[in-house]
Amino acid sequence: MLREMTLGQYYQVESRLHRLDPRVKLMGTLVFIISLFVSQKAVCYAVATVFLICMIKLSKVPFGYMVRGMRAIVMIMMITVVFNLFLSPGEALVTFWAFTITKEGLRNAVFTAIRLTYLILGSSLMTLTTTPNDLTDGMEKGLGFLKIFKLPVHEIAMMMSIALRFIPILLEETDKIMKAQQARGADFESGGLIRRARAMVPLLVPLFVSAFRRANDLALAMEARCYHGGEGRTKMKPLKYKAWDVRAYVILFCYLALVVLTAIVSPV
Amino acid sequence: MAIVETCKLSFDYIRRDEEGNVSSINRALNRVDLSVEKGEFIAILGGNGSGKSTLAKHINAILYPTEGYVLVDGKKTSEEINILDIRQKAGMVFQNPDNQIIGSVVEEDVGFGPENMGIPSENIWERVEEALKILGMWEYRKHSPMRLSGGQKQRVAIAGVVAMHPECIIMDEPTAMLDPAGRKDVIRAARALNDVERITIILITHYMEEVVYANKVFVMEGGEIKMFGTPREIFSRVEELEKMRLDVPQATRLAYELKRRGLSQLPDGILTEKELVTELCRLYSII
Repeated sequence: MLREMTLGQYYQVESRLHRLDPRVKLMGTLVFIISLFVSQKAVCYAVATVFLICMIKLSKVPFGYMVRGMRAIVMIMMITVVFNLFLSPGEALVTFWAFTITKEGLRNAVFTAIRLTYLILGSSLMTLTTTPNDLTDGMEKGLGFLKIFKLPVHEIAMMMSIALRFIPILLEETDKIMKAQQARGADFESGGLIRRARAMVPLLVPLFVSAFRRANDLALAMEARCYHGGEGRTKMKPLKYKAWDVRAYVILFCYLALVVLTAIVSPV
Repeated sequence: MAIVETCKLSFDYIRRDEEGNVSSINRALNRVDLSVEKGEFIAILGGNGSGKSTLAKHINAILYPTEGYVLVDGKKTSEEINILDIRQKAGMVFQNPDNQIIGSVVEEDVGFGPENMGIPSENIWERVEEALKILGMWEYRKHSPMRLSGGQKQRVAIAGVVAMHPECIIMDEPTAMLDPAGRKDVIRAARALNDVERITIILITHYMEEVVYANKVFVMEGGEIKMFGTPREIFSRVEELEKMRLDVPQATRLAYELKRRGLSQLPDGILTEKELVTELCRLYSII
């Protein structure tokens, strides 16, 4: 199940977007999300749509591949849409039994659906075009100013990159433990959802034990290789802005300005 | 000058109960004296629980002595200021290759040590290239360590230590989790590092075949060094080794048995198959 999720995975292809500095992409995602929440009018969404389509085209990630990641959130989207549709007060359009669909409700429902879809597409565009390591590097450098507030930025970034590295190892381990238990008669496949969930419990204990053991070993190995926190540490691939990164910032700024402008000026 | 020296080194594992009272003391090392010269290839042998891994962790300043002291390149491991220096000089390779690889790409992992040492970026790349080429892993530099075989992973781990330009590498059972082919690769790499790069190697193992090439062998049991000498000296004492439940290399064992059954002209401490064959041929051409 976990293997099928495209949300938050890296898609290897050569494109301008892939080559951008991770800080630009992080900033870009943030700007895009802000622009979605600033938007209150249809024209704003039109601008956002054009921008998103351009970015997806630029990233060379197949659209179908991106959409597959969306299936996981269909349920959440349905619920929000239904709530918006029926529970917004205002001018009634259709009324049947106890439900009323209002004009405002319809508008809210459509906008929320678009907003959520774009939110997911926009942020998965970032993770699809950035390797996990670049992402953590970008966060470490980009959020470095938070160190003033005593936030352990380097440590958090290091934890994230290690966690990402260990996901496949732990998945493999889970598989191994499952097979070992199946060989001794454990049943993970039959029964309803609850029964299957309960069958997973004995899986967790050995998994946790081995995860802790691994963590301990890894900590030792890191210390043995002179790891002593972020202080005095150099980078193998230091992040440096290139010409295209600056251009990307300019484009981002223009985009945000355009959305804000249309939000103020446009009548609908 | 000795690169690693321990003097009356003792170490207790102290187990405490919930109130923090000492509930049991387990002496893992007992008055160990050991001295390793620069450029040597040392092997430390011992069964499970003989204290060999505990000793290794002392040399890398991961554990500190309860009594006695450890000197690495003349510096005491128990002093806080020396720690980073010691860990750079005496690198360590662990048993499980999966649990010591930090990077998600081979070259990133090899660069981890130099990054921690604060080496400028350009120099890190030079070191990574050099280390990967020495270990014969250069063509895998862009690979994910996940997809490598056990022996290859372990060579990446060794490269990670080599990139720190150590004077001494401690290998704590680096082959215990590998298949025979991987084991051969790792031992060959260790010997090459010793021969070509003149890096002191301290190999901890329980495979006797790996000990044959060492300059000196220490045999540990119950936290003490019980025997010490060249491999030939050690393996000519088959009975003593057997008492410690340690094996001897196959060729040595065969020579020993032949000798016991009356082939008394055979010399003591034959180490390899080749040696045994030449000795036997020599004997029979005489007879």
